[in-house]
Amino acid sequence: MAKLTLSMDGLLLKEIPLTKERTTIGRKPHNDIQIDNLAISGEHAVIVTILNDAFLEDLGSTNGTQVNGQPIKKHFLQNDDVIELGKYRLKYTKEAQPQAAQADFEKTMIIRPDMAAKPAVQTSEKAMMENTRADMTAGHLAPSAPPAAQPAAALPRGAIQILSGANAGKELELTKTLSSLGKPGVQVAVITRRPQGYFITHVEGAVFPSVNGKTLDAQAHPLQDHDIIELAGIKMEFFLKV
Amino acid sequence: MDLTQVLETVSRSDAGMVRSHNEDAVYLNPALGLAILADGMGGYNAGEVASGMVTTLLGSELEKAFTLKEPHLQDSDGQRRAHHLLATEIARANSAVYQAAQSQPQYAGMGTTLVMAVFYDNTMTVAHIGDSRLYRLRGEEFSQITRDHSLLQEQIESGMLTPEQARHSQNKNLVTRAVGVDPSVEPEIHDYATLPGDIYLLCSDGLNDMVEDEEIGMTVQMLSANLELAATQLVQMANDNGGRDNVSVILVRIKREYPAPRGLNGWLRRLLAWFK
Repeated sequence: MAKLTLSMDGLLLKEIPLTKERTTIGRKPHNDIQIDNLAISGEHAVIVTILNDAFLEDLGSTNGTQVNGQPIKKHFLQNDDVIELGKYRLKYTKEAQPQAAQADFEKTMIIRPDMAAKPAVQTSEKAMMENTRADMTAGHLAPSAPPAAQPAAALPRGAIQILSGANAGKELELTKTLSSLGKPGVQVAVITRRPQGYFITHVEGAVFPSVNGKTLDAQAHPLQDHDIIELAGIKMEFFLKV
Repeated sequence: MDLTQVLETVSRSDAGMVRSHNEDAVYLNPALGLAILADGMGGYNAGEVASGMVTTLLGSELEKAFTLKEPHLQDSDGQRRAHHLLATEIARANSAVYQAAQSQPQYAGMGTTLVMAVFYDNTMTVAHIGDSRLYRLRGEEFSQITRDHSLLQEQIESGMLTPEQARHSQNKNLVTRAVGVDPSVEPEIHDYATLPGDIYLLCSDGLNDMVEDEEIGMTVQMLSANLELAATQLVQMANDNGGRDNVSVILVRIKREYPAPRGLNGWLRRLLAWFK
């Protein structure tokens, strides 16, 4: 369940849970959140809740609505956003979902036309009734995080230095998840960047690459600092940058 | 027409890092040019039942149908036969899953997404229901061919959300169409011309929710010479990024042109096939 925390000049005034599909904000008494101040329009803004997402919309107010300092017409609310109307502040927060329901955020579910009316809490309860692994650890990311680029800070940067041939001395930084080396059609290998480190894998060609003189098989091979790779007749060194 | 020499196909299906069951199902018949992928949903392991039923039923019925009747021929209303066959068999599979869901309490509400492709006569006919996807790599261009049947997609199309905002939505994975949840369902079916060199990727959202489209495209392109490695790498990337859902992929590469035999040549072939 999401909620709004109304404050002014740092003074906490009220906490308002967002239970309805439409939560209106304004000076007139019929509003769900009534703010009795002349700087606030009669019908100032509205928050529309669709299942677990919330949208803020300014209703053409005289003094406008801001979020985190930026004036908005329509805004897709994120956790901890601060809505500003005149001197008033409305902080939007979502309650953390219970662990078991978190795993279900990735579950595909059918949405029916009558479902949109149900408040968010019921949906997660429905999901919780399904049989999921109860021993979920907190090891995975919160559901609102987009697919993570791997924590680049944790893994040191790898690079290749070419030791022989026409490009000897050149350095290639391995910043992407996949970096391919060699001659397409002749011999190609790929270096993959994974959370556990860098790996080299043969892609195509009759001859397999070798690492420190040993020819590789078809499996991915973990690379250690200062390994010497030989591929398509060229020698190169893999090293980790500090 | 036997497409074994025309198509290179690979498939992988993995439970991922979080789920205890794999409720995805994949089916491949390279000779007939058939690729089917389904992502099941439902309580307990009903998702597994739904996706398994759909891939098995569609696979076996379409095998029979395409062996008997050439898919490229046109029916009386101008639609290629493939469209009718797919629509009919999808309807039949939908009924089967729906009936099973009605009859067993532990299967109540079960359903599955579906994305499938059938290749014939330099053409690919794609049918899909839900948010499992088909992408195409043609040269350097990697693009999503199917349009998700999901709440998020509808919000994006109505202008309510930008694609960037959609990535932060809490309403991911809510499909607006699925197989087996209603007595009837409408698949989206389209035809596309194929070119030699094209690589098609069918996948469940366990892949595209964990890995950016750009990374998926780069992986398929970089590893195009080794589709087995590409498939392994895609699944690995999804798991390295959290693997929060089952992840399945099917890769199909068009090696050369495959026009359907026409005229006397075609007639003679079919006659000879009778005697085999």
